[in-house]
Amino acid sequence: MLKTEQMVLNMGPQHPSTHGVLRLELELEGEVIINVKPHLGYLHRCFEKHCEAMTYPQIIPYVDRLDYLASMNNEMGYAIAVERLLDIKVPERVEYIRIIMAELQRIASHMVAVGTYGIDIGAFTPFLYLFRDRERILTLFEKTCGARLLYNYIWVGGLSHDLPINFVNETRDFLKDFKKTVIEVNNLLSYNKIFIERTANVGVLPVDSAINYGITGPNLRASGLKWDIRRNDPYSIYDRFDFEIPVGEGKHGQVGDCWDRYFLRVQEMVQSIRIIEQALDQLPEGEITSALPKRIKPVEGQIYSRVENPKGELGFFIVSKGQLQPFRVKVRPPSFINLSVLGELCKGHLIADVVAILGSIDIVLGEVDR
Amino acid sequence: MIYEFLANLFGSDIIASFISGALPFVFVVPFALFAVWLERKVSAHMQDRLGPMRVGYHGWLQTVADILKLIQKEDITATDTDKKLFNIAPVLVFMGSYAAFAAIPFSSAYIGSGIDLGILYIVAVSGLVVAGILMAGWASNNKYSLYGAVRSAAQVVSYEIPTVIVILTVVVVVGSLNLTKITEFQTSRFWDWMIFGGSIAGIKKLILLPFMVIGFIIIYISSLAETNRTPFDIPEAESELVGGYHTEYSGMKFAMFFLAEYANMFAVSAIAATLFLGGYHSPFGYFGNLTGMIWLVPIEQFFWFTAKGIFFVFVQMWLRWTLPRLRVDQLMTLCWKYLIPIAFVNFLIVALIMVL
Repeated sequence: MLKTEQMVLNMGPQHPSTHGVLRLELELEGEVIINVKPHLGYLHRCFEKHCEAMTYPQIIPYVDRLDYLASMNNEMGYAIAVERLLDIKVPERVEYIRIIMAELQRIASHMVAVGTYGIDIGAFTPFLYLFRDRERILTLFEKTCGARLLYNYIWVGGLSHDLPINFVNETRDFLKDFKKTVIEVNNLLSYNKIFIERTANVGVLPVDSAINYGITGPNLRASGLKWDIRRNDPYSIYDRFDFEIPVGEGKHGQVGDCWDRYFLRVQEMVQSIRIIEQALDQLPEGEITSALPKRIKPVEGQIYSRVENPKGELGFFIVSKGQLQPFRVKVRPPSFINLSVLGELCKGHLIADVVAILGSIDIVLGEVDR
Repeated sequence: MIYEFLANLFGSDIIASFISGALPFVFVVPFALFAVWLERKVSAHMQDRLGPMRVGYHGWLQTVADILKLIQKEDITATDTDKKLFNIAPVLVFMGSYAAFAAIPFSSAYIGSGIDLGILYIVAVSGLVVAGILMAGWASNNKYSLYGAVRSAAQVVSYEIPTVIVILTVVVVVGSLNLTKITEFQTSRFWDWMIFGGSIAGIKKLILLPFMVIGFIIIYISSLAETNRTPFDIPEAESELVGGYHTEYSGMKFAMFFLAEYANMFAVSAIAATLFLGGYHSPFGYFGNLTGMIWLVPIEQFFWFTAKGIFFVFVQMWLRWTLPRLRVDQLMTLCWKYLIPIAFVNFLIVALIMVL
């Protein structure tokens, strides 16, 4: 008897383009995807349970390790959540430095996203151009706080160090050079015919389906919805800056395809440059810590506070029972929730498209598994 | 010339054929080592890096060190592999790409075997590579390898069609399948090269010119696909299929695939150069003829031939580090919907011009 059966292909956890330890169980009919099952948890580190045993400031180094490509943004999100719980305000200079750091980190995170997406599609060179420039951001961070990846820089109520000498000028130099890199990457990758062929009309995510899945961040905006927490629910001092929120336009295919998701990140980098430039211009002098009790002990209560991370909406839900340690910390990880849509997007596409779609969602496994 | 010299020296045709056939090996292996180093350097400089710098001046001994390392490595064969096929496959792949060198004229003095069916023979033995790759993919008992092998087979078989049609175009103009004759048809003046219409007199040459350029572009694109180079490197697309058909190979067997790939890169470049860019001919006469040192001419020819080959190898590298990769269905679309019809119409027009 002749019979046919579907082939099961395990993609990962050791695979060049699952961007970490993600395992995808692909059911295939030839090369066509019938079903995708993501298997998670290879990087689970019990973040939320750990938090219950530590004081509020002690949690910050662990927050760094959620989305390790956007540690500054994570720290900022956490610090803002605790500050809201404590109901304190931080000095003006701190707010500005935080925003400069967060936006530099957003550029760095999008650089990794855009660069590795090029590798996923087969173009290796833009990745190295972007990493060359990312190195300069990391150097700036290193000069500021001594660490290149996991900073422990943004503290509750302030910062660990003030900006180093000449930071403002060096950042300006970097931004000036980086604008050229963006143009270079656009010419080399974004408008490349083969790249457009590979990504346009692939993995289209309609806006209503994106909302139903709870997709946030660049992925949601690429589907055409102008939703950015920096604008729609402003935190810190984002309401003082003039920047645009790019949305997917479907320039080379349908709205919400892989190309839109990719290109939105490029556009966001340009907007981040604008924010940093404005912040550098306005940067005031002042204290870098606010007067806080030695032992941070919020009153009984709870808070949900969210910030716009490079990957999407990062939320911290903190319950305090008036102790030194939080009673419960729950993270709303954007990568985890964005990953949930993968199966839906991949159905009916080819194996090569799985790589393209997964890369365009831009997940970080540290945040997916926590 | 070298063949006759050897035959006189040993007094036996068999020994002469044997040695003459083994001569390209002396060229291919050092070339492959050089090309791997070149690839790493080219990619590095394109990407704002330095590349290998430690072993030798600017790392020129790096590939030698790599090969030494690969020879020393344990020869791993996974448990459920088909051992016989697994071991034969790399040899077959290397054989396929090496055998092609036998009929490529390196200079007017040297050709491994000056058979009349030269170009047909090259097309035929290149087919062996597909068999080897399929074997490797199947015997590895690995799904990624199998996907890579099946993709490769489909790709190489498809892209051989436009290649052969373009070769036919040249054959129609020259009237011979012998590569030496095809080369001799183009003289040592670059406007007599096939890409400019060959050494045909009069208006016919001008009419032929655009069609020959189209033919050259098609054969170059197809040769990229045949050697599995970007943008057609889907059989070994790292981001999808890990290592493609050679995922399970390590040590010297892996090195064989590697060597075969670079040998093949030169082979296809050499064929494109022979058919369209005057083969071993210099673009503007010979220094040897000018000074009366006739013995210098074959050496000059060898230089020009290698230079052309390496130039096209360089272009292949250039493309690899610039372009993204096509998807498997887009690759087939490009071949069957565009290249084959264009090549075929091109062939018919050239044939018509030649008849008139």
